[in-house]
Amino acid sequence: MAEFTLPANSRYTSVPGRAYPAPAGASNVTTFRIYRFDPDTPANPRIDSYGIDLDHCGPMVLDALLKIKNEVDATLTFRRSCREGICGSCAMNIDGLNTLACTKAIAEVKGDVRIFPLPHLPVVKDLVPDLTEFYAQYAAVKPWLQTRTPAPPDRERLQSKEDQEQVDRPSSCILCACCSTSCPSYWWNSDRFLGPAALLAAYRWIVDSRDEATGERLDQLDDSFRLYRCHTIMNCTEACPKDLNPARAIAEIKKLLLERQH
Amino acid sequence: MATRRPLSPHLTVYRLMHTMVFSVLHRATGVVLSVALVLLAGWLLALAAGPLAYARAATLFGSPPGLLLLLGLCGAFCYHLCNGIRHLVFDTGRCLEKDAARRSGSVMLFAALALTAVSALMMLRLRGWL
Repeated sequence: MAEFTLPANSRYTSVPGRAYPAPAGASNVTTFRIYRFDPDTPANPRIDSYGIDLDHCGPMVLDALLKIKNEVDATLTFRRSCREGICGSCAMNIDGLNTLACTKAIAEVKGDVRIFPLPHLPVVKDLVPDLTEFYAQYAAVKPWLQTRTPAPPDRERLQSKEDQEQVDRPSSCILCACCSTSCPSYWWNSDRFLGPAALLAAYRWIVDSRDEATGERLDQLDDSFRLYRCHTIMNCTEACPKDLNPARAIAEIKKLLLERQH
Repeated sequence: MATRRPLSPHLTVYRLMHTMVFSVLHRATGVVLSVALVLLAGWLLALAAGPLAYARAATLFGSPPGLLLLLGLCGAFCYHLCNGIRHLVFDTGRCLEKDAARRSGSVMLFAALALTAVSALMMLRLRGWL
């Protein structure tokens, strides 16, 4: 059920954070306000602020986070790996929107840069949320090729160019969780609604001309919660840092389910 | 494992985008209209109860606060109708690209406001105020 306020242990507004001002003489300073939670103390989360001299920092939000971690406060914890938008590790809520810290330019943000972990998830530490449920939802749609007919003995299962184009875009999902955690419906029903990312993955296999479990896949999704908690809010499509369209994939699944009845 | 992991902030930190606003307004107007059905039922009951009861209901709905309420309900109805049609279009798989979704939202909002304004004008004419 929808629970609009944060539980008592999750409230951060009344907890004063620490401030780390920019070094003296810095002229191009932007303040980063970052959500902090330390699991080793009994304290609630807080917001720390860091003054960063942009003349001595890379252009992306991830550059600033790395600068803070390396030079200001080594306790700041976040996930990152590829720093070029392909691994999906540094997904977080920046300036009110879910996106990747590595592809979000600091210059795009007006005023202070506010950074929170991906919304409505249990926080492990600072900007690191627990994605166990998200991965379980992905696994639940069986994101692999399922076949009954034996494979051709001398070659791969072939696909026309047109058929490949059907799966080309949805395949480029990097599972960063920006879409699912931007969805209010997912916030309120993540225990039963699969969420945009898992449904996009399901769609990718439903439209794959080589897959032979289309019926079973549709059967699994034909559920008032798993699929139909999507109310076409479209936060998912707005959030996707890879410019994919989970909302349309979900609409297509709904259409396929309807067509199947006739 | 008993964890004391906090829940990350959601509604309070997410930017209020057109997508979310249109959706939540659709819900809100739906709820308002459902509740308003009680008023409609009350009006019909008054109609069935005879001329005296009906005159009382008509005075109530025709008073300035009553008219204001009706105008608000009319706006809610127009919004719910127009956005409902927009969602039917979504269900056919159309208008789901980011730009198209934004544009359809603006068109929907304009249509809802126009319908409300036309209804308001008609109401004023019926009252003989215009």
